[in-house]
Amino acid sequence: MRVAVITFPGSNCDYDLYHAVKQVGAEAEFIWHRQRGLDGFDAVLLPGGFSYGDYLRAGAIARFSPIMEDVVAFAKRGGPVVGICNGFQILCESGLLPGALIRNESLRFQSEDCLLRVERNDTRFTTDYRAGEIIKVPLAHAEGNYRASDEVIAELEAEGRVLFRYVDAQGDATPEANPNGARNNIAGIINAAGNVMGMMPHPERAMESLLGSENGLGVFTSLVATPVAG
Amino acid sequence: MSRYRLEIRVTPRPGILDPQGKAIHHALHSLGWNGVDDVRVGKAIHLEIEADSADAARSEADAMCQKLLANPVTEDYEVYQVEEA
Repeated sequence: MRVAVITFPGSNCDYDLYHAVKQVGAEAEFIWHRQRGLDGFDAVLLPGGFSYGDYLRAGAIARFSPIMEDVVAFAKRGGPVVGICNGFQILCESGLLPGALIRNESLRFQSEDCLLRVERNDTRFTTDYRAGEIIKVPLAHAEGNYRASDEVIAELEAEGRVLFRYVDAQGDATPEANPNGARNNIAGIINAAGNVMGMMPHPERAMESLLGSENGLGVFTSLVATPVAG
Repeated sequence: MSRYRLEIRVTPRPGILDPQGKAIHHALHSLGWNGVDDVRVGKAIHLEIEADSADAARSEADAMCQKLLANPVTEDYEVYQVEEA
């Protein structure tokens, strides 16, 4: 499997993603945001960071980078696309995922480990987890407060499109376990077709138990193990 | 073609939590301005546009807001002060 890691000016998790993809045995390649074309790639990853300095809104300017036209086309063809942290913000800005990510309720940049409940394991991003499994991964963001209209939130919940939720050690989605004020403790979602996923926490920073946790590994092993569609 | 000066105000939509506004609200109260009921923080974007008419300048600014300057999920916008520079 050949995976594109898109790099924007201000991306800073691109090497982590590159390393994560290599670690699970796939080919990784950096694609600069001004390049065009994603032919020959089987998956696309949008890294975390501060593309364009988060000017205007996080992800708002990156979403108009030349490569994003190809990312949107790739997603529309059913290709798997994952956005992490700033990548999630870019996916929301581009309309590939619904909703928006606004300033954390705390007004602080939150940098800490969080616990997530994996809501489903029948998606191409979570097959290597158990449904309901609780994983520990780091998060680091100032704008991770997921917002959408009541209708959109209801639709996400009804269709099982909330993939990761902030929970406490008992697995309950309490207000105390919510690091940023996100509605319904939402940490990650998928699109209706199931091929585009965005999440605020960083699974690529939880790949080795020596470095604190390998709970993020499953996102990448699942992605690589799922047969390529079309 | 004339040059028009526009101000675009982008504000958090009603019902959308505004953490910055909330923090400023608290600060104003702690400074004794207890009469302040609500604070919302937005941003102002100043543009100078070459256009055929004030209306044309305004509709261009409107398109910019819809495409880039405001996020319809969380923000409202208004275009103000159309005047020749």
